[in-house]
Amino acid sequence: MAIGKVRTGTYGVIAEFSSPADLTAAAEAARDAGYTEMDAFSPFPIHNLHEAVGMKSTGLSSMSALVLIGGIIGGIGGFFMCWYANVISYPLNIGGKPFNSWPAWIPITFECAILMAAFAAVFGMLALNGLPMPYHPVFNVKRFDQASRDKFFLVIQARDPKFDLDTVWKFLEALHPREVVDVPW
Amino acid sequence: MPDQTPAHEIRPVTQEIPERFIPVPTVEPGHTFASVTDHISAIVLRKKMPFLWWVGLAASCFGVMVLTATIGKLVLVGVGIWGINHPIGWGFDILNFVWWIGIGHAGTLISAILLLLRQEWRTSINRFAEAMTLFAVSAAGLYPALHTGRPWYDFWLFPYPNTMTLWPQFRSPLMWDVFAVSTYATVSALFWYVGLIPDLATLRDRARGKIARVIYGMLSLGWRGSAKHWFRYESTYLLLAGLSTPLVLSVHTIVSFDFAVAQLPGWHATFFPPYFVAGAVYAGFAMVLTLAIPARKMFHLEDFITMKHLENMGKIMLATGLIVFYSYCMEAFFAYYSGNNFERYMWINRVSGPYWKMYAMLIICNGVAPQMMWFRRMRTSTAGLFAVAMFVNVGMWLERFVIIPTSLHRDFLPSSWGMYHGTRWDWGMFIGSMGLFFFLLFLFVRFLPMISIFEMRTMLPEAQAHPEGHEA
Repeated sequence: MAIGKVRTGTYGVIAEFSSPADLTAAAEAARDAGYTEMDAFSPFPIHNLHEAVGMKSTGLSSMSALVLIGGIIGGIGGFFMCWYANVISYPLNIGGKPFNSWPAWIPITFECAILMAAFAAVFGMLALNGLPMPYHPVFNVKRFDQASRDKFFLVIQARDPKFDLDTVWKFLEALHPREVVDVPW
Repeated sequence: MPDQTPAHEIRPVTQEIPERFIPVPTVEPGHTFASVTDHISAIVLRKKMPFLWWVGLAASCFGVMVLTATIGKLVLVGVGIWGINHPIGWGFDILNFVWWIGIGHAGTLISAILLLLRQEWRTSINRFAEAMTLFAVSAAGLYPALHTGRPWYDFWLFPYPNTMTLWPQFRSPLMWDVFAVSTYATVSALFWYVGLIPDLATLRDRARGKIARVIYGMLSLGWRGSAKHWFRYESTYLLLAGLSTPLVLSVHTIVSFDFAVAQLPGWHATFFPPYFVAGAVYAGFAMVLTLAIPARKMFHLEDFITMKHLENMGKIMLATGLIVFYSYCMEAFFAYYSGNNFERYMWINRVSGPYWKMYAMLIICNGVAPQMMWFRRMRTSTAGLFAVAMFVNVGMWLERFVIIPTSLHRDFLPSSWGMYHGTRWDWGMFIGSMGLFFFLLFLFVRFLPMISIFEMRTMLPEAQAHPEGHEA
């Protein structure tokens, strides 16, 4: 994780499945068996799978809040920019209109709000997802390149309080995966 | 009730279902996650491109060279090489700017508005249309940047504290344009890139060459398809679509303000924003068809871009074309109903003045040609769609010509009347901007997947399976 520190040992145990239904069933079985530190990998989004692997948030809440904050900052900032420039710093008399002719600034206010909201959405998503992350232990799994094609993976991490290599291995084997392998750091 | 006879036994199907009642699929049957992935990524990862691709790349590269030459001449000499002169100070530069920006709008419409409306057929054309948006906005952005005459001072348009203690005039629609277009370009690029991340990861995993793996690997930001990531990713994608929808409507609205805020007969009209937005969507779908019909043939994508997509785009072209034509009628009505002599003269001059041929061609291209889309036979024929799309491309360019020089060339005083023609430099730059647009598109289809692979996977029947599906 931290730069300059080499981690050794086992990151977790990963199982490969060949259908989205098998992966969801496996993730739910692992959750019911009491595992909490796990993750599932699929070539496309699978509905509700994030809840099965122990992600708490519901609905759009966290991302929506970020986008709302970004939009508000952008809108206020955009309006303030126009107001400060054309009223305080460099007032210009245009056709005898009041200096604070705010309706003329609505288009720029709107555009700034959208711009900041979009930045918040994209960079917020990347930050919350911990991306960019060029190295990750699951990439050590030989067949993991199929996770972006047509295979589905479930990993139970070693940091899980219930983790025990043999038990987890047997547990995953019982879910009828295509293959189970351990993931080195 | 178990003893009741099932409906299909009371009225058995005795005749063949007519073909027109069988829905055309959005993905041809028989595909799997693997086949979709391999088919689309192979276009990017293969070594040899079709001969036609090379021809197109060479032709568009020539266009880029023409563009470079015209820009060079413009920077050396100034905007005097263009046909603009009093009373027509806005010519090809703003005309082509509006034309290109309008073309871009269909990409955002397909990727954002159709996503929110849950139109699943958008999936196979959205990536391509978004790329078209980006490149059209790039081509459009050239014109306002260059028409300032001294493009090296263009940064003055942006508000930054400077030693001249000057600020831009934020009450001006031209400043609104700066913000609208730059926001639009930025948000479109973000939306496009976010959509690309999972597909870049696919390319990283499928690429054979080391350089390709490193480049796609860096661009994919280490995407690994985690369920937690997918959840935030989908929320973000939906939110971006929600942000892009009002954005795209605002952009052409603001572009229309460039005209509508001016107190010039022919420009000063309240219906300009919806008229421009409809025109933009109309032009954009025509351009998507112009590009998609040859591309699906060249890269054998008939399984993914089916006749259903093409037909739906034809329908949208018809609907927006009718709005545009209605606007032409309203333009005439407002001129008459305003009771203003200048307004009336403007319209009569537009139809019967020195530029009457332009207006007549406009009505043929934008009023008559899209009516062909009423006929199913035309909507389901690639040749028919392509022909109508070409009419629309030309028609939308003529529309802006009719709005811009025709409104300007008869000033309020007859002593200030004049005529406008584009010079060879005007045409050179227009051809050059088309060259740039197609050049970027040809590079795009070479290096990036032109169809969203991960979204195509979700379209397949096997993706719909839920855990409950075990019993079924």
